[in-house]
Amino acid sequence: MIEVSHLHHSIGRRPILRDLSLRLPRGQITALIGPNGAGKSTLLSLIGRLVPLQQGRITLNGADIATTPSRDLSRRMAILSQHNAPGSRLRVAELVAFGRWPHSQGRPAPEDAGHVAAALEAMGLSPLAHRFLDELSGGQRQRAFIAMTLAQGAEWLLLDEPLAALDMAHARGVMAQLAALRDAGKSVVVVLHDVNHAAVWADHIVALKDGALAAEGPPAQLCTPQVLGALYDMPLQVMQVAGKPLILHHLPG
Amino acid sequence: MPLALASLLLGVADLGAQVFALSRLPRTLAVLLTGAALAIAGVVMQQLVRNRFVEPGTTGTAEGAALGLLAITLWAPGAALWLKMVVASLSAMAATALFLRLIRNLPPREVLLVPLVGIVFSGVLGALVTFIGWQTDLLQMIGIWLMTGEFSGVIAGRYELLWIAGGAAALAWAAADRFAILSLGREAAIGLGLSPEAVMRLGLVVVSVTMALVIVTVGMIPFVGLVVPNIVSRLLGDNLRATLPVTALAGAALVLACDILARLIRYPYELPVGTVLGVLGSGLFLWLLHRGPARG
Repeated sequence: MIEVSHLHHSIGRRPILRDLSLRLPRGQITALIGPNGAGKSTLLSLIGRLVPLQQGRITLNGADIATTPSRDLSRRMAILSQHNAPGSRLRVAELVAFGRWPHSQGRPAPEDAGHVAAALEAMGLSPLAHRFLDELSGGQRQRAFIAMTLAQGAEWLLLDEPLAALDMAHARGVMAQLAALRDAGKSVVVVLHDVNHAAVWADHIVALKDGALAAEGPPAQLCTPQVLGALYDMPLQVMQVAGKPLILHHLPG
Repeated sequence: MPLALASLLLGVADLGAQVFALSRLPRTLAVLLTGAALAIAGVVMQQLVRNRFVEPGTTGTAEGAALGLLAITLWAPGAALWLKMVVASLSAMAATALFLRLIRNLPPREVLLVPLVGIVFSGVLGALVTFIGWQTDLLQMIGIWLMTGEFSGVIAGRYELLWIAGGAAALAWAAADRFAILSLGREAAIGLGLSPEAVMRLGLVVVSVTMALVIVTVGMIPFVGLVVPNIVSRLLGDNLRATLPVTALAGAALVLACDILARLIRYPYELPVGTVLGVLGSGLFLWLLHRGPARG
């Protein structure tokens, strides 16, 4: 379990998170949703120790992330941030192999190659394995970075908008992959832009607004016109399709 | 290989064994070491700033080293060579660290801002060096340090420190994966359990020590650190563990070819190799810019 308690964070003088406390359950897919600027990415970056903590405490399975060595953390959690390097001339397979760094430290063992091949396969990148990153489309590059995160083989996966730049088929493919990982015992925390993906694939939804917790719970409980309408400040309708909520957010109000 | 042989045997038909051991062999080794080390320093610098259009000669590193050399030459003219080297390395490090600070808040999408800031920064440092040199009658030395590196003065006993630059290049190779990961960004490095600051410090040491040693022993040779890494990256990619040896070899070959050219163009006189590379390198660089990145 990831436990966040009394988190405050500001950039300059602008507060991003205000006294945020929440728990992210183990063995589930947790979706972080909320309007732009709600603090979702900041929260994920703080959990992934990409940004130093200003105030508050975060523990990962009981271990304080501020005091646990970064290398230990890199074996327990993998994080995909939104900043990936578009100009890099690494080959896809080389990039994904860097995901094994926490285990191999540059001296890959035979099992590392297996993890890399599996991650490439899972993201449908095997045919592109020898292409340079700067010769791929934005979506293909995004999948390569997701594959690198998968190759890390950590129990916790933190993904910041992994579906950005992906077409419908690959977006669903990535969500199905995350579900398979969850079924294999991993824990996933994912920032999602599209609430419908959260409604269908997540086990637990955490909604942030203005740096505070707006709502949390299972999709069925959260995906109502009242809760989502208040979260995004817009009227919207919710239907049930195939037993799942379908949020009609694109219809003219 | 044939180039190296040509360099060893160039000129006099019946070369005495003594000339060979005292001058030709040291000169060829110095050229090879300098070329390899400059090319590697260029790669490392480019990884540190995540920008392909810089080299230690355009980020204030060379000027920083010259400033340190100037200071020790003025205050302690009789200082031992190793002490000069240490002072030059430290001031090169300080200048490069200052440059890294300056560019930290530049928008990453504007790829030409970093080299521009570098050129302005090294220009300012260079002006400072020239001013002090002017006031103290040391301009001639500065000219050799910063503009026209050359190998004609290299004889046995006067180049051996370059092996340390070779060592710095080897150190960079040992840490090749770390530099490659850093070039993916701070976030990716931290996520994989690497400390970006530690990798930056290592890179800073490699670049600064290499530049200080090259400037002290032969003088600045421009463009090697810029052109060679770019060509290698275009052909072979950025997996540094695999490409750094190629980069080192290519750098050595380029400087060697230019040195031989410099010795032949106005034979029996010599041009400084820095001048030859300045002309050739700027041509190559323009060609690289014109070709542009394959995409994006």
